[in-house]
Amino acid sequence: MTTPLNLTRPASAGSPETATLRSPAASIPPKEKTFLSQLASSFAMFRNPKSLTGLVILGVFVAVALLGDVLAPYGALEKDFTALRQAPSWAHLLGTTHMGEDILSQIIYGTRGVLIVGFLAGIIGTAIAVVMGVVAGYTRGWRSESLSAITNVFLVIPGLPLIIIVASQFENPPLILIAAVLAATGWAWGARVLRAQTMSLRNRDFIQAARANGEPLHRIILVEMLPNLMAIIASSFVGTVTAAVLGLTTLAFIGVIPITNLNWGTILFWAQQNGAFPDFWWWYIPAGLCIAILGVALSLINFGIDEYVNPRLRSAGERARAMKKKGLDINETMTIVRTMTKTSTPSKQEGPK
Amino acid sequence: MKIPVRFIASRSAFYLFTAFAAITINFFLPRMMAGDPVTAYMQRNAGQITPEAERSLRILFGLDQDSSVWEQYSDYWQLLFSGDLGRSFSNGLAPVGDVISSALPWTLGLVGIATIVSFVLGTATGALIGWRRGSKADVIVPISTFFSTVPYFWLGLIAIAVFSSTLGWFPASHAYDKGSSPEFTADFIGQVIAHGALPAITIVIASLGGWILGMRNMMLTVLDEDYITVAQAKGMPNRRVLWNYAARNAMLPQLSSFALSIGFIVGGTIVMEMVFSYPGIGKLLLDATTAKDYPLMQGVFLIITMAVLCANILADVAYAILDPRTRQTEA
Amino acid sequence: MPDPLLSVHDFSIVYDVDPPVEAVKNVTLELQRGEILGLAGESGCGKTTLAYGLQRLLRAPAVITSGSVTFHDASGVDIDVNALDIEEMRRFRWDKISMVFQGAMNALNPVTTIGAQLDDVFQVHRPDLNRRERRAACEELLELVAVGRERIRSYPHELSGGMRQRVMIAMALALRPQLMVMDEPTTALDVLVQREILRQISQLRHEFGFSVIFITHDLPLLLEISDRIAVMRNGEIIELAPARELWEQPQHEYTKTLLASFPRLTGERGVLVR
Ligand SMILES: Nc1ncnc2c1ncn2[C@@H]1O[C@H](COP(=O)(O)OP(=O)(O)OP(=O)(O)O)[C@@H](O)[C@H]1O
Ligand SMILES: [Mg+2]
Repeated sequence: MTTPLNLTRPASAGSPETATLRSPAASIPPKEKTFLSQLASSFAMFRNPKSLTGLVILGVFVAVALLGDVLAPYGALEKDFTALRQAPSWAHLLGTTHMGEDILSQIIYGTRGVLIVGFLAGIIGTAIAVVMGVVAGYTRGWRSESLSAITNVFLVIPGLPLIIIVASQFENPPLILIAAVLAATGWAWGARVLRAQTMSLRNRDFIQAARANGEPLHRIILVEMLPNLMAIIASSFVGTVTAAVLGLTTLAFIGVIPITNLNWGTILFWAQQNGAFPDFWWWYIPAGLCIAILGVALSLINFGIDEYVNPRLRSAGERARAMKKKGLDINETMTIVRTMTKTSTPSKQEGPK
Repeated sequence: MKIPVRFIASRSAFYLFTAFAAITINFFLPRMMAGDPVTAYMQRNAGQITPEAERSLRILFGLDQDSSVWEQYSDYWQLLFSGDLGRSFSNGLAPVGDVISSALPWTLGLVGIATIVSFVLGTATGALIGWRRGSKADVIVPISTFFSTVPYFWLGLIAIAVFSSTLGWFPASHAYDKGSSPEFTADFIGQVIAHGALPAITIVIASLGGWILGMRNMMLTVLDEDYITVAQAKGMPNRRVLWNYAARNAMLPQLSSFALSIGFIVGGTIVMEMVFSYPGIGKLLLDATTAKDYPLMQGVFLIITMAVLCANILADVAYAILDPRTRQTEA
Repeated sequence: MPDPLLSVHDFSIVYDVDPPVEAVKNVTLELQRGEILGLAGESGCGKTTLAYGLQRLLRAPAVITSGSVTFHDASGVDIDVNALDIEEMRRFRWDKISMVFQGAMNALNPVTTIGAQLDDVFQVHRPDLNRRERRAACEELLELVAVGRERIRSYPHELSGGMRQRVMIAMALALRPQLMVMDEPTTALDVLVQREILRQISQLRHEFGFSVIFITHDLPLLLEISDRIAVMRNGEIIELAPARELWEQPQHEYTKTLLASFPRLTGERGVLVR
């Protein structure tokens, strides 16, 4: 399941139709360029408070996933029949289930399931998006048109019902399959934005120059184009991961994914099945919050990238605050007068009504 | 007004192609399925299925192995055109079309209203936040973002736990009280509103964030445009500049997002209906999956896709009306 | 006999950024009723800032740091622009001073018809006009600038650049303002269209008697159409003289350089009959 959140990406990162991406990377003067040096410079997109915060939160989850065995006080399915449905206590920090399983341990182990599927889906989906988007953007004529038609079809066909139907065919779908299906329904956004951006890049001077210089196609795409698409690729990856996490937990909650694949959605599935609502809050609140916090972290990363791509978004808030400190209001529709002379109205501070 | 022939033609071609693709996917879905539950089902219920119903099921599920895929495919289209979606296993072999049409209005009503409310509210809020750059209202953005990263179903469960189970303000499930049946009375309509309020509010809260953020970001871009300065120089009151000039332009990308997000919204509401036991299309699909009712699954998927397509067409028409440039240029 | 319309005294504007940019410094000038005042100077010298600043159109971080702008209304009332509150300012704008903007390509709202945008002006400033009167007024305006009344339902993207600029001029004329500020109104247009539009502006000015502040860095053009010319440099007006005088005996070194940097003029009056 996906919220329309990542749908606003095109609007903020230059809407698909207009493709007005002011990629700052594009304006970096061409030094001697290699793929790696170009790639390194594109890390600048994460160097802002929002992206960093998001990355730190994500890093914590990754660490939890990696160190699960060390961190978890109990086994994920370890049952203690003397402690059923217990509220949080020192023995069980987040309480226990109806079978006496420790919920904190389940959440810790569940992180792994969520992140593996999320990242797998993100990688597969982004790979499809890059191939489809860049090729559709670089070529012209029927090839470009048909690729973009396929992309649009995937955008319109509702993904989740399709996943539910496909997933319900399998008794025990492997993780990779779940990830692949989530990716298959989640790549189209990225492809669409990438196509638009590639099209506008293709006509930029430095690409034209590279072509006139007879640089080989793979070099043009790899060295000249991809680095300039990095921000969009990254944000498309993050968007796909977000969608995949929501999709996975939703599928687990519905019960079409086997409960042996432990993730946060599975915890909620058990909670719902065993009447945890509304009384056993420790059973369903933490798992849902984890999904939300991971989602917020991923969105923060993308906000940062958006602001990097479109500096206007960032400067709006910063500029307004900086000006407020000087007693200026950016929303004032009339120039402020600050004279010490006879007009004894120093500054009229009415804002727009 | 000139009729934008090219625009209409290209959009129609796209929608026809998408419809074709969706139907084709639908054709192949059961053919990819593991095992053969249909035959098993039909053997168990051999006596109850009429021969023509059996024939259409065979076509729908690719069990007529003696004919080629092409023949199967064209038979399938013929069936669709005659409006035959097969019979639902889990509903006493009622025609799938009938089962779906009893559920569809509930979903359309609930999701349609909630989505439109969310879109309008979110876009208006985003416009105001973008207009008052750097004001305190900016905190709405992270808050609504948080709610939109929360899964719908979890929000729904919490809403039920708090507002139905604990506070008892709203009924927790179903579309109307047990024991009443759909009719046009004030009492029944009141029940529908009472039952629909909580799911609708949940959908609105969960989807608002995307609209707010998108509109705010677009406003920040539009406010730097020349025509905003011109409007101010013309002495237009702020309200007019905000709505007639800035928001009017900034909402165009929102509309294309709207068209494309309908598929996602549908996804979210499927689970929503499960949580609220709301008798709509989504619940139907989930019930069909648990009951392994393949004809119903297939039919629901087809209808959902077609509904999403229709919504896309509507959003497209709205876009074309609101942006004169598309009518002329987009080919 | 001097009949001033606008008196600008010791007017300064600062962009309050780091470091602060003093875009307009202590400008003093007096504009006569019915006069065309040319404002010339290189790019970035503060012409636009001055023109916007006159009717306080600049947003923060721009701040007016000194001076006064007084508008001598035809009714005999003197208006101190710096002392207006936001609502008075709103009513003052376009009614007394209208503008034609630099780069008019994006000055029109792309999603509404030009008729509706003209109509807007009347709706806001002349609320007693009814729909039919407004419509008639809009059509008349479009005729006046030779766009044609049948274009009233066109969208900006359906018009050529020249036509869009004419529509802007029509809009600027709508309320019969006493002063029209034109910020490089023709820079983006080709020479023929530019001539044509300039001729039209001259004619309209004859007809309606408004004053014009005409901004451009094209000094020869100014010599043709202006009564007086102000040369601006680094935010200051360094020379202000009647057009012929400025051309024949430029006082300031910078003016001389500026004049010398243009190809030799023919010395004859151009097509513009004044
Ligand atoms: N928002 C702003 N913040 C800071 N400085 C600004 C801002 N706007 C303009 N300036 C500075 O003010 C000075 C004057 O700019 P202005 O736009 O008035 O020049 P101009 O004479 O109209 O130039 P042109 O002929 O190119 O239009 C320039 O140095 C410019 O860099
Ligand atoms: Mg300028």
